[in-house]
Amino acid sequence: MSLTNDNIKQRLTDKFGEAVSQVEETFGMLNFTVPKDLNLKVMQFLYDDEELQFRFLTDLTAVHYPDRTGEELAVVYHLYNFAQRVRLRMKVYTSVEDPRVFTATRLYESANWMERETYDFFGVNFVGHPNLKRILNVDEMDYFPMRKEFPLEDQSRIDKDDEMFGRGGHIGI
Amino acid sequence: MSEQHNITLPEGSIERVTQTLNLGPTHPATHGVFQNILEIDGERVVSSESTVGYIHRAFEKIAERRPYYQITPLTDRLNYCSSPINNMGWHITVEKLLGIQTPKRVDYLRVIIMELARICDHLICNGVVGVDTGAFTGFLYLMRWRELAYEIYEEICGSRLTTNIGRVGGFERNFTPAAFDKIETFLVEFPKALKEFETLMNRNRIFMERTQGVGPISAERAMNYGFTGPNLRAAGVDYDLRVAHPYSSYEDFEFSIPVGTTGDCYDRFLVRNGEMWESLSIIRQAMDKVKGLPSDVYHADVPAYYLPDKSDVYTKMEALIYHFKIIMGESDILPGELYNAVEGANGELGFYLISDGGRSPYRLHFRRPCFIYYQAYAELIKGAMLSDALICMSSLNLIAGELDA
Amino acid sequence: MARPVQYNTKVKTVEIPEGYSGEGFFATSFDKAIGLARKNSIWPLPFATSCCGIEFMATMASTYDLARFGAERMAFTPRQCDLLMVMGTISKKMGPVLRQVYLQMAEPRWVIAVGACASSGGVFDTYSVLQGIDQVIPVDVYVPGCPPRPEAIIDGFMRIQDLIGQESLRRRHSDKYKELLNSYGIQ
Repeated sequence: MSLTNDNIKQRLTDKFGEAVSQVEETFGMLNFTVPKDLNLKVMQFLYDDEELQFRFLTDLTAVHYPDRTGEELAVVYHLYNFAQRVRLRMKVYTSVEDPRVFTATRLYESANWMERETYDFFGVNFVGHPNLKRILNVDEMDYFPMRKEFPLEDQSRIDKDDEMFGRGGHIGI
Repeated sequence: MSEQHNITLPEGSIERVTQTLNLGPTHPATHGVFQNILEIDGERVVSSESTVGYIHRAFEKIAERRPYYQITPLTDRLNYCSSPINNMGWHITVEKLLGIQTPKRVDYLRVIIMELARICDHLICNGVVGVDTGAFTGFLYLMRWRELAYEIYEEICGSRLTTNIGRVGGFERNFTPAAFDKIETFLVEFPKALKEFETLMNRNRIFMERTQGVGPISAERAMNYGFTGPNLRAAGVDYDLRVAHPYSSYEDFEFSIPVGTTGDCYDRFLVRNGEMWESLSIIRQAMDKVKGLPSDVYHADVPAYYLPDKSDVYTKMEALIYHFKIIMGESDILPGELYNAVEGANGELGFYLISDGGRSPYRLHFRRPCFIYYQAYAELIKGAMLSDALICMSSLNLIAGELDA
Repeated sequence: MARPVQYNTKVKTVEIPEGYSGEGFFATSFDKAIGLARKNSIWPLPFATSCCGIEFMATMASTYDLARFGAERMAFTPRQCDLLMVMGTISKKMGPVLRQVYLQMAEPRWVIAVGACASSGGVFDTYSVLQGIDQVIPVDVYVPGCPPRPEAIIDGFMRIQDLIGQESLRRRHSDKYKELLNSYGIQ
């Protein structure tokens, strides 16, 4: 039986019931959300099941939604089934005060650096990760740059003339 | 310490302590800035730890500030050896978000450019594997053909390396007859050079002894590590996005996917050579197909997203309004969430785009193949000799710009 | 398959500096003679980090051939080279590494910043990119471009040659040079 989005949705709701929420299909790919305590159980189920066989982690990243209080950081997993060529997107929401999510490194080796990158940019603390430290930014950095409240440019520059760039400010400093 | 890694010391020898060697960010053999701290026992690598991020340019944060057509130059600088593939991947993603259907001729022209870029990238990678084993000649011979490919890019978009080729919906100008002539010259002359290169390297005893058995990886471990692209195909898995999820009319072309067995450096070299031959055949098929289509179509008919012709802007009202809207970023981008991937020269280059209807993306994440498969490097070189470790790194085709983004 | 042999008969030689010449001798000043020797035998250190590095590979290859200018041996170690060619974006993580490489070079040493990213940060005005390498090391020639064409890189190289040819032998001991290095915190 070929794997369609409805089949996957059916199997997930059969196994996990109410935990699977916000199921929608965008551009042909099935999205769903699970609570953060269940993320490993769901991924293990998708890995082991003979029919579903989602055994490849394509991507792991996070998105910051500052407006959703209590659920600001969304960790997004993209899974892939080689045999049937089906993609799947799983989201897990966590709050910004206590951003702890279980790590997927025991299941997928590729999650190791992807989780370090997510920690580096958003501050999501992956519980159980073997080596959770910054990977792309300098080690001494004390903030998480991809969060929406931080600016793109380096604020400690003194040689840039903001007025010439049309940003107000004052000449020199 | 040594018994863990099957290193047998002779009877009565003193157990030596391992040495820490810093294969630093600036090293002639690491093509790009990667730091590896190796623990070596004599000549054998016991363990290693990689540090990356020496060229982190915060692409994802910059992309949140820029309108959609200004993100194309950013994608150029991801895998800069084959920048047209990144550009086309981005345009295809935006077209999927906006629901734009490109005409067949645009698709075939895109295929020509992407396959040419793939050949350029594999030329550098295979040439550099040759240089690292000591064979500098092959690299010099191949760079000459990269110059011809650069001339083809210049005919189409004006620049050599970071091309910013194409627009959302097609190309910025039609391919000139000179461009087609140069592509024909490439198709005639390059196979001879590639044959010469293969004669030099493929069955060369020294090269084979240096690369066979170096850094092997099994198919299961490769899939667990998230490998895609030529490295995964060398391990035995025939996963190619051009066949699995065809984009830009790849389903109209006939080509085969070269697959290796052991996943070692020699297999990766042969897979990349094989892919270059297949790319040449695809370009030939695309040139034949393009001849049969009307030759003045080079973009989709989407005035809301594709800048109108300047002569129309100065004479017609609607063209003026559209031009203004697009430049000022007032065009209606639909909100949506989308993951789209193309087969880059290194593997699956994915774009995860979340749009909230504004002029720049809410979140753009690049799924960079180099970043993901570089994690396996520590496992690949465990127990290998120091010189093998360097060959392994160059055969993985790590591009620093893509790794750090 | 034999290719026809071509002899390069129109070799352009370097002009001799001005001086007094006579029967079996030629007198000129040290500056000119040493400058001539130095500028035509520069050993560069390619410090290639990103896209400009690929254009440098094209410059080194046979079509544009930097070796014609005397740069035959790309010494990959700072201890043995004269010219540090910084090509590509330098991030803040890489800044200290670049400085260490510069400090290891022996006098006389020159630095050329190839590309927009090395000259001024380029397109990347972000929190993680060093806005120009002249924040950490003194630079002699800047080559703009993104990436600069190989002809532009060669032009920058030729400007360095002009600088070297006209440099006074006492420059490295002068107060002005010491002041420049002090402003970077280099002794």
